[in-house]
Amino acid sequence: MIYEPVIGLEVHIQLLTQSKIFCSCSAKFGASPNSQVCPVCLGMPGVLPVLNKKVIEFALRLALATNCQINHRSIIERKNYFYPDLPKGYQISQYELPFCEHGFVDIYVEGLGAKKIGLTRIHLEEDAGKSMHSESYVARDESLVDVNRCGVPLLEIVSDPDFRSPREVSAYLTKLRQLVRYLGICDGNMEEGSLRCDANISLRPVGQQQLGVKTELKNMNSISAVEKALEYEIRRQTAILHDGGKIKQQTLLWNSNKSVVEPMRSKEFAHDYRYFPEPDLLPVIITAARLEQAKSAMPELPQAKRTRFIEQYKLPEYDAQVLTEDLEIADFFEQAAAGVQDKKSASNWVMGEVMRALNEQGCSIKNLRITPQHLADILVMLEQHKINLKIGKAVFEECLQTGENPAEIVAKKGLHQISDSSAIETLIDKILDNNPAELSSYLEGKEKLFGFFIGQIMKETQGKANPKTVNELLKQKLRQRQETTININ
Amino acid sequence: MSVTLADVENIARLAKLSFSKEEMITFTGQFNQILQYMEKLNELDTENVEPTFHVLDSGNPLRDDVQQTWLTPEQALANAPKAKNGFFSVPKMIG
Repeated sequence: MIYEPVIGLEVHIQLLTQSKIFCSCSAKFGASPNSQVCPVCLGMPGVLPVLNKKVIEFALRLALATNCQINHRSIIERKNYFYPDLPKGYQISQYELPFCEHGFVDIYVEGLGAKKIGLTRIHLEEDAGKSMHSESYVARDESLVDVNRCGVPLLEIVSDPDFRSPREVSAYLTKLRQLVRYLGICDGNMEEGSLRCDANISLRPVGQQQLGVKTELKNMNSISAVEKALEYEIRRQTAILHDGGKIKQQTLLWNSNKSVVEPMRSKEFAHDYRYFPEPDLLPVIITAARLEQAKSAMPELPQAKRTRFIEQYKLPEYDAQVLTEDLEIADFFEQAAAGVQDKKSASNWVMGEVMRALNEQGCSIKNLRITPQHLADILVMLEQHKINLKIGKAVFEECLQTGENPAEIVAKKGLHQISDSSAIETLIDKILDNNPAELSSYLEGKEKLFGFFIGQIMKETQGKANPKTVNELLKQKLRQRQETTININ
Repeated sequence: MSVTLADVENIARLAKLSFSKEEMITFTGQFNQILQYMEKLNELDTENVEPTFHVLDSGNPLRDDVQQTWLTPEQALANAPKAKNGFFSVPKMIG
């Protein structure tokens, strides 16, 4: 029998706010343990949570970008469970009336085409703290708790069970990560956990409507890990069903070292969260005016930017696609291209040299020593024939290493292009005279030696000669010599 | 609506409280009395009444996204029964 996987995702994104969702503690990642806490997030008795305005602004941006219906009034609730990293004994979340519902995200999968992935809901909630179980400094009989993350604002994005393959899941996560970065609401870093993905997966015979028993996969900290974990789980469930077995509903953790899923070891019984409205927080009201304001403040989204790049910069579709994939790269291109005539050339440099540098250094574009202004300087020097392409690339490299101003690099190293014809002509004569054997071979028909002479000239000028001028003058000179030879003969 | 002894045991487990069998039986009876009393509410027709999630009808007051520091780690951990390396130390949770 052939089985079809049915997959739904729960994605949590950590919002890029300064402070936590219900208190003013810093929401920053990576601080020393329990240094970003206060009575509210520590769950002290008698404190009152107050909702962060920015969280609503960010939630509105995501809701609009994912075509959701925004509820005029949504309810904040308590989700009750006991766990040491949740000091209050409940997580403040949303349940019955979430912030927004019924959205969709368009994905495109190579070979499979375009598909709409439905979003069931997006709701606001707070993150829990972090517990340490197996680190070397944790004793055998204890767990250690850091409350810093407790109260960091999250949006939970619940998809419909619309995915039929792990590749669709990857495409969706890639799209969602791009979107939240464009919206400036989350850095999308799965390794650091600012974007987390849990997957529900079940198998059913192709053609059957009824869903099979599902398992939940957790602990995948990259898009490729999600894809691998799902592929593994599909194989595991298929094998069980083929043997006539039954799938056990359970939570599984992806072990990236062993590339297997393992049942979650937990003393917890089945959850019973007993949600009820949070008495300390009033409903979230989104007025029509607030909604209009949010719409008008929407940042440009990838699709719109792509279209604009094609129109404004006259770039091919491919270039626009590549440049707009990442917002920071798109911004880098726009800043570099601003003062440059040839936008396509700016695009080539960003897609070629800049992206190569990013791959080599494995860093974000903000951390590159070369700035968009540096690249623009190089491009302008090229356009004005102050340097040639080869020197341009060398200056780029230098700038990449040192962060030094390109014009200064050129001046300091004397790299200005030699376009002065008479100087080049003198040099060509010198080289032809100094290489009589090659010259006569050339004149006898070994035309490949043209390259040899070019090489000699470039070597002599340390690459600074204008290649176009050199080419033309060398051809001219060789023709002259040919004629002289014929005349002599 | 009524609860059984098993329901009460489950509620106790979720609340991480332990009771004797006798206490649980007493609670079952008491819970059921309370539920019966609340049943009175079902006599009213609430077909066209929106659920009351909150007694106040206004929206949530919001706070500007401004970060402030409140406690030092030492202060945060001052009342913890056990702390280690800046963390709260609790009985082992998993494994």
